[in-house]
Amino acid sequence: MVEESIQTDVLVIGGGNAALCAAIAARRKGADVLVVEKAPKFYRGGNTRHTRNMRCAHDTATDTLTGPYTEEEFFDDLLRVTEGNTDEDLARHMIAKSKEMLVWIADQGVRFQPSLGGTLSLGRTNSFFLGGGRAMLNALYKTAEALGVFVLYDTPVTDIELVNGHFSSALAEKDGKPLRIEAKALVAAAGGFEANIDWLKEGWGDCAENFLIRGTPYNRGDVLRLLLDKGVEAIGDPTQCHAVAIDARAPKFDGGIITRLDCVVFGIVVNRNAERFYDEGEDFWPKRYAIWGRLVAAQPDQIAYIVFDSKSLKSFMPSLFPPIEGKSIAELAQKLELPVEAFEQTVGTFNDAVQPGTFDHTVFDDCHTKGLAIEKTHWARKLEDPPYYAYPVRPGITFTYLGTRVDKDARMQLEGGGQADNMYAAGEIMAGNVLGKGYAAGIGMTIGSVFGKIAGEGAASHV
Amino acid sequence: MFDKDPRFSETLSTDPLREAARLMTVCNSCRYCEGLCAVFPAMELRRSFEEGDLNYLANLCHSCGACYQDCQFSPPHEFDVNVPQTLAKVRADSYRSYAWPKAFQPLFDRNGLAISSIAALSVAAFIAGFALWHDPQVLFSGGSFYKLMPHNVMALLFGAVFLYMLAAVSMGFRTYWKEIGAKSVSAGRIPSVWQAIKDAGQLRYLDGGGVGCYNEDEKPTDNRRLYHHLTFYGFLLCFAATSTGTIYHYAFGWEAPYGLFSLPKLFGVLGGVGLVIGPVGLAHAKRKRHPDLLDPSAKGMEAAFLVMLFATGLSGLLLMALRETPLMGVMLSLHLGVVFALFLTMPYGKFVHGIYRFGALVLYAAERKADRPADAIRKAA
Repeated sequence: MVEESIQTDVLVIGGGNAALCAAIAARRKGADVLVVEKAPKFYRGGNTRHTRNMRCAHDTATDTLTGPYTEEEFFDDLLRVTEGNTDEDLARHMIAKSKEMLVWIADQGVRFQPSLGGTLSLGRTNSFFLGGGRAMLNALYKTAEALGVFVLYDTPVTDIELVNGHFSSALAEKDGKPLRIEAKALVAAAGGFEANIDWLKEGWGDCAENFLIRGTPYNRGDVLRLLLDKGVEAIGDPTQCHAVAIDARAPKFDGGIITRLDCVVFGIVVNRNAERFYDEGEDFWPKRYAIWGRLVAAQPDQIAYIVFDSKSLKSFMPSLFPPIEGKSIAELAQKLELPVEAFEQTVGTFNDAVQPGTFDHTVFDDCHTKGLAIEKTHWARKLEDPPYYAYPVRPGITFTYLGTRVDKDARMQLEGGGQADNMYAAGEIMAGNVLGKGYAAGIGMTIGSVFGKIAGEGAASHV
Repeated sequence: MFDKDPRFSETLSTDPLREAARLMTVCNSCRYCEGLCAVFPAMELRRSFEEGDLNYLANLCHSCGACYQDCQFSPPHEFDVNVPQTLAKVRADSYRSYAWPKAFQPLFDRNGLAISSIAALSVAAFIAGFALWHDPQVLFSGGSFYKLMPHNVMALLFGAVFLYMLAAVSMGFRTYWKEIGAKSVSAGRIPSVWQAIKDAGQLRYLDGGGVGCYNEDEKPTDNRRLYHHLTFYGFLLCFAATSTGTIYHYAFGWEAPYGLFSLPKLFGVLGGVGLVIGPVGLAHAKRKRHPDLLDPSAKGMEAAFLVMLFATGLSGLLLMALRETPLMGVMLSLHLGVVFALFLTMPYGKFVHGIYRFGALVLYAAERKADRPADAIRKAA
């Protein structure tokens, strides 16, 4: 078959926030830019589709931010969530650059609003996109296209030609035909591999079959694998991913934010043997939600049930699917297909262990259990007001940590030392440099925007 | 995936209502769109949705389309979230269900046909009436309107149809106001009404969250707001022209025709121009809208209302221009016929959107103030 071929100055692989920031930045420096996005147009943008805010340092309050958020505080937050798993120089560089991103992103047509209902705790630190992540993407695409950036959808990259860290061309597939793209520089902004179940199994074993993927099925990490196979240096734990507990009835892919459940602290969580397995009241939910994916993944069949009673029904954000309801603990057990006696015993034992206290979910209250193998240390109230409710949950995978090592210029580093000549990376594909572990709301977008712009400008310098 | 969800089937009687309830449940667990307009903040005050809640939210929606473009779950996503179209359907059904008297509700079923038939009959009646009343030649004589129809008769006839319109619209609005539970948050108070006047007067929520309405090309524009302003304020000016004319006549004994710089004439000319340009612009903008956003079955109703407004404006301007010519009689019949039909059909067409939307804006202002949702009437299962 005769291979079609096109030339451009800067090739951007990927179609999310990082890719578009890179494309716009490169275009604004005068380069011809081609964006190749593997997904169809509707699903463009990978995880950016499902985001809603970005975390940028700022010295004063703004129209949409309630107060200052200094670089130092940002860095402290990053240190805390990553438990030190970060490249400090790179992280400080990113945080410093994040300040100007608030203005730069707005200049690209993205609009901000005050923090959303139910997210007041982020009102000072995080800038929310008016209309959410897809609105942000739409604005970036509109700006990019108006500037003359060319975008190809449904175009997966299948191979990358590089010799000694010098990129010369990529091979893609368009309409079932191979397409060679020659470019003077490459920006890889093609995300992680969270939708690639086989790859997840390498770190998790067969239980990864039961994982739900919160983003699109297109985040398969093909470009990341190509780069690592061709000598780009890896960073980040290859086996780890960000996993939260989401509604087990969610679709396999792309259920997004609406399948999340914020009610663990209000009840108990049992596995399919009707046994509790972790302290539901250990800490405030925003600080603990990210461990529950992993906890559920360790349970038989990777499923668990959040159980609460009628007094808690309206205490948390509504979610997509209705809770499963039982007039008694036994009826609920039958509906959930849990062993009835074991479930009754777990609830009974828990209730007996609940100590008197004053319930207040906004503080570390004194409601706790005493005498259980696994205590509930706060917000423990007896399950005694029928009807009883349950949400089935499974691990929901948001993103992966493995990526390509970069320097402050977003330039890829090579295995065995040295740096790539004309190859840059931005976004989730290099997030592991800054975020080796954990997560802080909105930081994925910060990494994407800051390094996207740096990468785009760097790539344009090769023209 | 939601078919057997009891939350949406117990009290809701139609597919659009059940779909709207499903969507509000999806949206309420996402909330990314809450900064775009009033619908989503109003939704967030609720955890479940009665028919009255949904009719309120549907009438609060200005159909700018922003939430559809911004939604990560719009088709082809399996969650199939299309709020503007679903609310458009609920809205159209709500006009029908609140119409008074009930016997006239079927006028909404083939609204374009109904309105155009009534308009044609009305024009024909004026022509025939003038011709029978007088020598048919008088139709072509030009000059004074009142030769064809005495002023008192004109005032009586149009006063009557206007009062009928007011009564019918009020009856419909009463049912709506009750069903959405407006009184439970004291929505009739002045601050809420004043807020709604401001919001409606500037079409605050017809702006796509700030960038304009969304069209087929996914590039927002603000044209609909501009053309709606021309139409709405054009209509008000025309109404002001008629009202000042009537006051001049009865209060001061100043009889038409009025000079070019008199108030009735100034209002009438400006309003007529608005009523000609506005509806044309709106019709044009509608053709460019993304078909996914629209309720296809409401097409006839929307077109009929625009045509009636356009015909009102155009026939009025032509009548003024041609009053000294032999065409005056025909133009007068045409203008009076169209205006008569416009008022007569107002309770049974797209006109009511303004009434119900205004009511929704009042309730929204009241809910914001009270920081709690209205108690919509709960219908029996």
